[in-house]
Amino acid sequence: MPVTELKDRISGALQDGTMGGALGRFNDAYLISRAKAYEGIDFEALRDQLVGLKGRAAAHLDELAEQFEEAATQAGAKVFRTADIAEAKAYLARLCKENGVQRIAKSKSMMTEEMHLNAFLAEQGIEVAETDLGEWIVQLAGQRPSHMVMPAIHLSKEQVAGIFSREVKAELAPDIPELVAVARRELRQKFLAADMGITGANVAVAETGTLVVVTNEGNARLVSTLPRIQVAVVGVEKLVERLADVGPILKALPRSATGQLLTSYVSMFTGPAPGADGQPKELHIILVDNRRSHMAADPRFAQALRCIRCASCVNVCPVYRLLGGHVFGGVYTGGIGAILAAWFDAMKASKDIQSLCIQCGACIPVCPTRIDIPDLIVELRRRLAAEEGHSFLQRAALKVVNDRRVFHGLLRAASKAQKPFAKKGMIRHLPFFLSGMTEHRSLPAIADVPFRDRFREIAQPAKTTEKAAFYAGCLIDFAYPDVGEAVVKVLNTAAVQVTFPEAQTCCGAPARYSGAFDVAAQNARDNVKALEDPEVRWVVSACPTCTVALRHELAATLRSEGQEDWAERADKLAHKVRDFSSLVKELVDAGRLSVEAAEGLPAVTYHDSCHLKRKLQAHEPPRALLGAAGFEIKEMRDSDVCCGMGGSYSLKFPEISAPILARKLENVKATGVGTVAMDCPGCMLQIGGGLDLAGSPAKVRHVAELIADKVRPSAGK
Amino acid sequence: MFETFRIKAQAVGAEVHRAATGAAALDLVLAVLGREGVGEAPGERAVWCEGPILGPLVDREALVRRFPGLSFDVTREQSAGSRVGITEFDWALAATGTVAQDATDPRKRLASMLPETHVAVFPAARMLPDLDALLERIDPTKSRYIACVTGPSRTADIERVLTIGVHGPKKLVLIAVDGEMGVA
Ligand code: SF4
Ligand code: SF4
Repeated sequence: MPVTELKDRISGALQDGTMGGALGRFNDAYLISRAKAYEGIDFEALRDQLVGLKGRAAAHLDELAEQFEEAATQAGAKVFRTADIAEAKAYLARLCKENGVQRIAKSKSMMTEEMHLNAFLAEQGIEVAETDLGEWIVQLAGQRPSHMVMPAIHLSKEQVAGIFSREVKAELAPDIPELVAVARRELRQKFLAADMGITGANVAVAETGTLVVVTNEGNARLVSTLPRIQVAVVGVEKLVERLADVGPILKALPRSATGQLLTSYVSMFTGPAPGADGQPKELHIILVDNRRSHMAADPRFAQALRCIRCASCVNVCPVYRLLGGHVFGGVYTGGIGAILAAWFDAMKASKDIQSLCIQCGACIPVCPTRIDIPDLIVELRRRLAAEEGHSFLQRAALKVVNDRRVFHGLLRAASKAQKPFAKKGMIRHLPFFLSGMTEHRSLPAIADVPFRDRFREIAQPAKTTEKAAFYAGCLIDFAYPDVGEAVVKVLNTAAVQVTFPEAQTCCGAPARYSGAFDVAAQNARDNVKALEDPEVRWVVSACPTCTVALRHELAATLRSEGQEDWAERADKLAHKVRDFSSLVKELVDAGRLSVEAAEGLPAVTYHDSCHLKRKLQAHEPPRALLGAAGFEIKEMRDSDVCCGMGGSYSLKFPEISAPILARKLENVKATGVGTVAMDCPGCMLQIGGGLDLAGSPAKVRHVAELIADKVRPSAGK
Repeated sequence: MFETFRIKAQAVGAEVHRAATGAAALDLVLAVLGREGVGEAPGERAVWCEGPILGPLVDREALVRRFPGLSFDVTREQSAGSRVGITEFDWALAATGTVAQDATDPRKRLASMLPETHVAVFPAARMLPDLDALLERIDPTKSRYIACVTGPSRTADIERVLTIGVHGPKKLVLIAVDGEMGVA
């Protein structure tokens, strides 16, 4: 789909107020009920179990499918296995024809969504009724589900009343219990009249041939009992080895999906059970592969087959919350939807969807099967880029950031050209190709002298045994040199000598996150060369994105590019890499440094940067340092939700970045404090710029700046 | 375990009773039939799928005289026209407030899913800690259709507002019966 069309769809979603409203309200309630449902459960142990059992199943898809077929056939079911959705459809069409099926009642089956089955059956002149309330609503509205668990979450009760009014040809009020009663009445007729019932399955047990289906409404019970023919359309990724494996899945699925301990109904079918009239009936199980075997054979993407479709990743995703599943998703919604679309549909189908992921990592800690969605999305970007390449302009832009002098000069020139607009150190409008940068926030003025040149003026303690190399990253180097100076001061106070390897270059994050792995690998090699000084004990950065890149991504990038010897050098370097706050906390704990609490300091609030919190797990050190320095921390709501920066994301999708930032600013404002502390210069740029443009007196400060004049060499030394 | 069961089942909107004997359980069931206004008109009737717990105690003719809409002949039509359905369950799961049955016999499913009120009678002695324990006990090659029920039918598909009774029962009455009866 062309970029303009994606942009149109984004603006359409943003203008649709119900989307943000319903999803926003839901998110708050969801987090609370999920936490409550998991009380007393060791989530990490449960994840271990799920990763184990779903991982084993994904590694043996064919064997399990065979075993399942045998067991289910033994139990009297007719099993049709196919790799191809066209064949699955043809089988079903034949079945309908042979049995004179005219009406079908369906309960939720994601595989049938993947097959676009309803449209196909309609072409055969068969009437299909979705019976899950949400599915029925979207079916009547002629839409597709916008959420894997709550298909109609994007619609308001007024809209549902309108849709139902058309269906029953009577004016209905937007009263939810009333609307549900209408659905009960209307669909009851459909259940009773149907010749065939189609369900999906949440789990398929290979050893026994059992299908497990969960619902809250009870529709799968009716669908599997009332019509004379029963069909289940199931993707092979639902297979597990043993009946006991159902336990952990049903422990996680309802808790993660809706904050329930268990859904209202769990049905387990093994072969056909007698029909409503007590007579034997037919059960057909259509087991579809549709590229899942290919996915299982891919070392990077096999993990995505563990997905149990709980949608918790979607529920916590800031981009989904804003845009909903019609824009951020395909058949499956959100980030995981982009990944599954790439395989079950086509790589190209995922292109737009995956581009919307801001890489905030909010989905990582909630996924019960530990799928690293942002990492897989980066891998998709790499493969898409390898297939299609980047545009000349994109590559030129990525290359420019590599030459530090040129990049600085360019930014300087840009900011100079805007001198009249640079007020109090902020730029409100940038010229030409950077103009998108200042639409929703001001930018910090580009420093006259970059940090690399200022560093030379800072005398280093000579007689110290320990050295730390400072990795500045572009924002500290060019826009926030004061932060760099604060970092050096704190480390010097701990008697650590700081070096600034001049050859350091871009950390590679912009290239990597846009899939340009060759550029990222060049960055990685340059940085490994620049930083692998054996005399250096730590490599410290005050930018979490750079820290994550140096610590976790250089080697991964180099390995993806097949450069194993470089990757090994990067591994060695990675061990030394620390983020500023964690290292300083380490030094304080080791008695190398003390932080003295000052009196009468203003209260601050702390913004957790995505990378620091979720990739470096450094949630506590900055708070401990601020507390020790005498700052009272007034926590803001959702302190760890993304600020909308996402590096170049805010340039590519300013219309998404802006409302995410707006939420952050509201949460800051609600604390009433004048200082927002954080550890990331990218977040400083975003939040600081947003505050400035909104005319707020509040300021952003890096933790390094806030504690620099409160650290003392430790007395105990 | 029963207290945990009670708390969990009530938390999802089920009504929970414990009867010391089968006779006491029978009284509770009849009280529900009375309370729900079971009558002869379509939609007001009741279906009773007898099981080993209450079966031996039931005097069908006397009960039908008392509740003229009551039927022991569980068909799809009877069930669809009933306000109350009575079935017996085989197990209960304390951790989630769930009752479970081997529902291979379709009458058990009809009576428990079509009426607006579902009364589930089960032996208190068959209380299991959780679903894992149930999975250890069942043999799917014999039990073709295992049904677990936790609270009444619910949906939150419109604006995330919890609404009870979309396709299945709006009320779930659980009666645990003490003693040895019915424990197969
Ligand atoms: S990384 Fe963030 S934006 Fe991307 S899918 Fe996960 S939650 Fe959504
Ligand atoms: S990716 Fe994880 S969190 Fe998302 S739906 Fe799948 S299992 Fe759930």
